[in-house]
Amino acid sequence: MNQPTVSPPKAPVAPIQWMRNNLFNTWYNSLLTLAVGYLLVTSAAPLLNWVFLDATFSGESPSDCVGEGACWLFINQRLNFFIYGFYPEDQQWRINLMFGLLALSFIPQFIEGFPARRWLGIFGMTGLPILGYILIPGGSFGLESVPSHRWGGLMLTLILAYVGIFAALPIGILLALGRRSHMPVIRGFCVVFIEVWRAVPLITVLFMASVMLPLFLPEGMNFEKLLRALIGITLWQSAYMAEVVRGGLQAIPRGQYEAASALGLGYWKKMGLIILPQALKLVIPGIVNTFIALFKDTTLVLIIGLFDVLGAVQSTVTDPAWQNVAIEGYVFVAFCFWVFCFGMSRYSQNLERKLDTGHRT
Amino acid sequence: MTDQTPTNTARSTLSSAKADTTIIHVEGVHKWYGGFHVLKDINLDVAHGERIVICGPSGSGKSTFIRCINRLEEHQQGRIVVDGAELTDDIRQIDNVRREVGMVFQHFNLFPHLTVLENCCLAPIWVRKIPRKEAEATAMEYLERVKIPDQAKKYPGQLSGGQQQRVAIARSLCMKPKIMLFDEPTSALDPEMIKEVLDVMVELAESGMTMLCVTHEMGFAKTVADRVIFMDGGEIIESAPPEQFFTNPQEERTQTFLKQILHH
Repeated sequence: MNQPTVSPPKAPVAPIQWMRNNLFNTWYNSLLTLAVGYLLVTSAAPLLNWVFLDATFSGESPSDCVGEGACWLFINQRLNFFIYGFYPEDQQWRINLMFGLLALSFIPQFIEGFPARRWLGIFGMTGLPILGYILIPGGSFGLESVPSHRWGGLMLTLILAYVGIFAALPIGILLALGRRSHMPVIRGFCVVFIEVWRAVPLITVLFMASVMLPLFLPEGMNFEKLLRALIGITLWQSAYMAEVVRGGLQAIPRGQYEAASALGLGYWKKMGLIILPQALKLVIPGIVNTFIALFKDTTLVLIIGLFDVLGAVQSTVTDPAWQNVAIEGYVFVAFCFWVFCFGMSRYSQNLERKLDTGHRT
Repeated sequence: MTDQTPTNTARSTLSSAKADTTIIHVEGVHKWYGGFHVLKDINLDVAHGERIVICGPSGSGKSTFIRCINRLEEHQQGRIVVDGAELTDDIRQIDNVRREVGMVFQHFNLFPHLTVLENCCLAPIWVRKIPRKEAEATAMEYLERVKIPDQAKKYPGQLSGGQQQRVAIARSLCMKPKIMLFDEPTSALDPEMIKEVLDVMVELAESGMTMLCVTHEMGFAKTVADRVIFMDGGEIIESAPPEQFFTNPQEERTQTFLKQILHH
């Protein structure tokens, strides 16, 4: 009886052993492994060839694209248009500055221990939009005015998504709180607001904002199409956000509300210090999911004549000078969206880990 | 039924001075949940420094009653006056009362996203507007009093139930309340942790805090209570000093209840 009753954990197995255990342990598993392996090899090789090996990356004109592979030269040559739209080239430093500041504000959020990371994040949500409001349209501080119909490409996509995301979150939180309020007028207003905006497709909202709204506004009060689209997107998005946040509010046990009340915290302190920090943490996946959906939905502004990155690419792939570059164009667009959406997804997981205090209420 | 307890001089002085030091005055309070009558004509005066234990079978309205005292529950009829302020719909009045009345819950209700120290400092900083340094010093003092200063930097989720409840007591005490309400503070604890919480409560009682405690810990009632109140069916059935309550209960329902909880 001197033997230990529990055997020690298994030592890590060698790759060969692992494959034998997991991939070739029975005759049908071996068969499946071979079949899947064959499919992978036959599909990956052509893809690799198309993307890298046979692709044309540099050159002067469309006629340089002679290989079998992708014509990345097309992207290369039109990159300026895809990123800046019709923004005048000598003014593009303004956009580049904004891109730089955007990266500086948010990329450090992934890096543990980056100096002043929190302040950079706060700047990204407060100072950055103000600076952008001055810098991008120009017209003040001696900056040349660039009207919004000249904006386009990735920069426009980012403006739409950024404003939609950061304006909708606070409005959404207020709506969620309002919907749970005991005051009938406030609750009624919030319910109607949420249910109306959430029940309307974004396309409709954009059409209304660009075509119908001017009809209702008094003469001379007409404001820019882009601004109208931004307001439409923000209100529409805030209705979604409100419901996500409400889900979080409902998940907080009553005891938390009671403990906060019993300590004498008033409504706003109770919500701001106790309830919302917990509720928002719970719904990070839902919030980021909504952000990602919005980021991709911004492509719909194409239908009201705004050229976001998809619109910009779409308008160039039909250029007769370039033959058959549609695939390259759309792959480029997909890649742009994927980079940002994947970034948001990673950040949300990062945040969830960081905020986990080991307590499940 | 008399409140005189000749065995203890401190208690008798307390009783004689009661008339002018009433800190909680409850008069003809009724409450309904829909059609269900939970509190029926509750009358109670609590003197400054008095320690009261409320017991009774589940569903008797005892928790509801003490939750009315800081208005976590609303009463529909009657008056409740706490420290000179009557509880009405006036939110400012309610917040004033809550500032002076600490409450400890059955399920602790610590804030899981804040550390133990932050849990304790939050209300003093945001409600009493005490500078952070000072609030932290006070919090550490109380955490030492409940014997867990070494856990100050941890999150509630990392503590045992008994430790969490002691933190909850410290959190309430940091507001320097005049009255402490305990709503079954040991009912959710594992048996081996009950004692550590009761020890803290006994120490608190001995320091002269006004306490209202809903509990089934009869040992605690015998040691520290000035009065034991028995509730059943939404009414106060009997109210007596512990000696009399446990040895010579007057009402039949009290006798039945005591038999049930003391002989198992």
